[in-house]
Amino acid sequence: MNRRSLLKHIALGALVAGTTLTACKSEPPPPPPAPAAPAKPAPLKVGFVYVGPVGDAGWTYAHDLGRKALEAKFGDKVQTTFVEKVPEGPDAERVIRDLVTQGNKVIFATSFGYGDAMAKVAKDFPDVYFEHATGFKTAPNLRVYEGKFWEDAYLAGVLAGKMTKSNVLGFVATFPIPEVLRNINAYTLGAQSVNPKVKTKVVWVSSWFDPPKETEAAQSLMNQGADVLLQNTDSTAVLQAAEKNGKYAFGWDSDMSAFAPKAHLASCALNWGVYYVKAIEDVMNKTWKVENTKWGIKEGMNDFVKVADFVPEDVKKKVAETKAGIVDGSIQVFKGPLLDNTGKVLLKKGEVADDAWRSQVNFYVKGVEGKVPSGK
Amino acid sequence: MNELALLVAAMLSAGTPLAIAGLGLLVNERAGVLNLGAEGMMLMSAVAGFAAAYHTGSDWVAFAAGAAVGAAAAAAFGWLVIWLNTNQYATGLALSLFGGGFSAFVGVSYVGRKLVERSHYSVPLLRDLPFLGTAFFEQHPMVYIAIALAGAMAWFLYRTRAGLVLRSIGESPDSAHALGYPVRRIRLAAVMFGGALCGISGAYLSTVYAPLWVEGMTAGRGWIALALTVFATWRPARVMLGAYLFGGVTMLQLHLQGLGVQIANQFMSMLPYVATIVVLVIISRNPLWIRLNMPASLGKPFFPGA
Amino acid sequence: MIQLEVRPTPSRLMSVLSPVIALAFTVAVAAVLFAALGKDPVQGLRVFLVEPLRGARGLTELGLKATPLILCSLGLVLCYRSNVWNIGAEGQYLLGAITGGGLALWVTVAEVPMAPWAFFPLLVLAGALGGAAWAALVAFLRDRFTANEILVSLMLVYVANLLLSWLVFGPWKDPNGFNFPQTASFAAATEVPRLVRGMRLNWGFGVALAAAAATWVFLFRTYRGMQLQIGGSARAAARYAGFSSRWALWTSLLVSGGLAGVAGACEAAGPMGQLTPYVSNGYGFTAIIVAFVGRLHPLGCVLSSVLLSMFLIGGELAQSRVGLPAALSGVFQGVLLLSLLACDTLIQHRLRWAASR
Repeated sequence: MNRRSLLKHIALGALVAGTTLTACKSEPPPPPPAPAAPAKPAPLKVGFVYVGPVGDAGWTYAHDLGRKALEAKFGDKVQTTFVEKVPEGPDAERVIRDLVTQGNKVIFATSFGYGDAMAKVAKDFPDVYFEHATGFKTAPNLRVYEGKFWEDAYLAGVLAGKMTKSNVLGFVATFPIPEVLRNINAYTLGAQSVNPKVKTKVVWVSSWFDPPKETEAAQSLMNQGADVLLQNTDSTAVLQAAEKNGKYAFGWDSDMSAFAPKAHLASCALNWGVYYVKAIEDVMNKTWKVENTKWGIKEGMNDFVKVADFVPEDVKKKVAETKAGIVDGSIQVFKGPLLDNTGKVLLKKGEVADDAWRSQVNFYVKGVEGKVPSGK
Repeated sequence: MNELALLVAAMLSAGTPLAIAGLGLLVNERAGVLNLGAEGMMLMSAVAGFAAAYHTGSDWVAFAAGAAVGAAAAAAFGWLVIWLNTNQYATGLALSLFGGGFSAFVGVSYVGRKLVERSHYSVPLLRDLPFLGTAFFEQHPMVYIAIALAGAMAWFLYRTRAGLVLRSIGESPDSAHALGYPVRRIRLAAVMFGGALCGISGAYLSTVYAPLWVEGMTAGRGWIALALTVFATWRPARVMLGAYLFGGVTMLQLHLQGLGVQIANQFMSMLPYVATIVVLVIISRNPLWIRLNMPASLGKPFFPGA
Repeated sequence: MIQLEVRPTPSRLMSVLSPVIALAFTVAVAAVLFAALGKDPVQGLRVFLVEPLRGARGLTELGLKATPLILCSLGLVLCYRSNVWNIGAEGQYLLGAITGGGLALWVTVAEVPMAPWAFFPLLVLAGALGGAAWAALVAFLRDRFTANEILVSLMLVYVANLLLSWLVFGPWKDPNGFNFPQTASFAAATEVPRLVRGMRLNWGFGVALAAAAATWVFLFRTYRGMQLQIGGSARAAARYAGFSSRWALWTSLLVSGGLAGVAGACEAAGPMGQLTPYVSNGYGFTAIIVAFVGRLHPLGCVLSSVLLSMFLIGGELAQSRVGLPAALSGVFQGVLLLSLLACDTLIQHRLRWAASR
């Protein structure tokens, strides 16, 4: 190639160079001097980093509802911003850093994969508060929070155990991480507590949000006899597939009752707002400290809602009793004697699972068919 | 036994979008134009179809909307490659990428929306047959339309004059041009028809198969449909066969998981893609076979009067 | 009726103007879209085109984002010039991340003492081998079975993704990572050394620029490079002259795979510092656009990588600063490429009015 292509590259380069020069020249104007009279305090800026689209009716939607709850509670004392569909990789660090340099003093990152990025940026900005959902890395200005989703899954299991006719339950699962395995196990245990004959089949879709794949997975489970489905994917696909086939299913992450009036038994809804309000109050009252917050139904972080009208009264009563038991601590989801599905003892009689046990869940309890995918 | 019937039914349903898109691409390629933008067209039609179904409540309006969008996108593509003679591969890829971004953008307000309750379709009487009833006769009409389409296409290509002209344009556009046929217009018509079918396939995905919109929901089906045309050596009946096989492998993999088969689920998920490669290799193995069956001018630009 | 008439010689003016017109058209479309969404078009454009270039951090982040794009697109340039339609750069990138990341993981777990400057060449080599091996599959299937490389390379992308997923969920999972899908964090010695203190720009960028220079030399100053191009554009002539298109096939795919693999390895051992399922952002596919916008020319690839990185970073900023939806950068990329392809015809053809026949 020759002058011709060289010319065109010079043109393109000039374009890029020109914009660079204009960028460097145009520095932002200096901030105006503080007004003399006492003005209203500047709002606390809060940034949210979302892994999915806000409209997914699932995980990110629930977090965004939490953000809106924050705005409703504090009005113009806070100013929220969000960035959605941020990939969990090197880009996350850039987004978080940019939010901080934009003046956000509290950053909520709503997916496990942001942990490293949060840790790196937290180190550089010690006066900014970082809150990481479902993570485990902490720092003096970085803490983690999570819901007790397994409580909802247990309640779903109780309801499923009573409503199933085939005694086969189905679970459409995303990735074999502890959170998901806990939910599968809690679902099964809840069902077994009212119906010992129940079995659970699991299908993995390797994605948090893929409606066609979720539909196929749900169909496959129903073809194999499952008549009550639970999922931890983020869309309403499983619920809708169940409706189409005359089976039952649950909403997950948010109230999905509107999507499948005949199939919807109840929804395992998330209510992040209660934690977000507490976190901001901590910042405003200067009571913020590093902790690993795990809130459940008792604190209002998640809830089992919209139990369907067509569910028989005695079943509704049983669900309500179980919920009350979870709230006052008399019912523990994971307690001994507990066996995994190969017969190994997980918890001895009288033992109750603690946080450490729960965070290491990498097995199926008795009643779940198959083996946990782990490549081993 | 019932499980097997249900699996067959699921296979038919899963294969239908691939079949319809594959048939459309077949017409495209028979005319000598390779449209790599299938994925983008399917995505744009999926969002158009979903929006149409959401606002009107009718499946058929959704299919029409999908077909219209697909044809429009294909027309733009056709204008670029047929009249402006841009590189077919690059333009097709650009269309795919653009379609992905554009559909995501337009679809933002439709994520998480629900469509009106769909009717449950089945063929009366026949659906009560044991096994066959469950396997074949409880499907959405589009499944049967797809099969009929394959038949109609075979008849068109091999038994009508118009089909002969189309095929000859695919083999040797210069000769067809010399004989006085408006090569470019016929190619455009073929491309638009292909686009319309890809559009119907996309709309089927978002309104019938998984009645939801989410960006990227075709998950590579457009590319698989392209592979299908090669697998089928450009014959309609074989496109159907390939589509159902592929749909079958996908559903089978999920079924095996539910049965507790001990292979890591990622390897199971790889099955459809590996199967496509294997089949492609088997079909392509004999270059003479490919040359005999592939439209000779596929992918090459045509210059009338050049 | 407007007709396209072949020019006697390709227009030099148009080949300079074509990308400029395409970019201008894209910017116009962007402004219209912003206005239609109820946002200030000027502010929107500023966020996309100006903000990403602000300050040292802005420029280094731009370079960091452009590095994998440059590397992948260079390989694609070689392929497309040889008429080998490799769409699977993404899969080759992932394999490079796997092999490079795997090496880093081994060094970390086995606690092999190593200096960063010594590890880096090994990392590059491992990444290149991984990516090249994956591309070799494509080359082999095309060479031996005439299997269409477009479809094979694309299917292998899905396979590569699932392979990575299996590795980080299974054998390579961090035993101290609470069962989450990630490897252990790589030892500090394995991290790709940085170029600017405090910023994330690293030696990968240097490798990318060096690769661009090497590709340019190869394509335009060596005999083999010329063979490659002729083998691609004029098969019969090439055969007559004794140039092997088989050689072009293997070389272009292996080099392309190797470059993409290096990109993957540098990303895994650089800004990520571990292997997770999220090591790629579709760089392999964006690189296709980059290659075309860069006119299949190494220098052009560097410039268009920067341009597309601006679109990508600008898209993120547009969300938090202006409230625009995330899907916009995809739209702009597509519009840019399509308008570029359209404008390119004006290089070889000119428009003229003619009486209808």
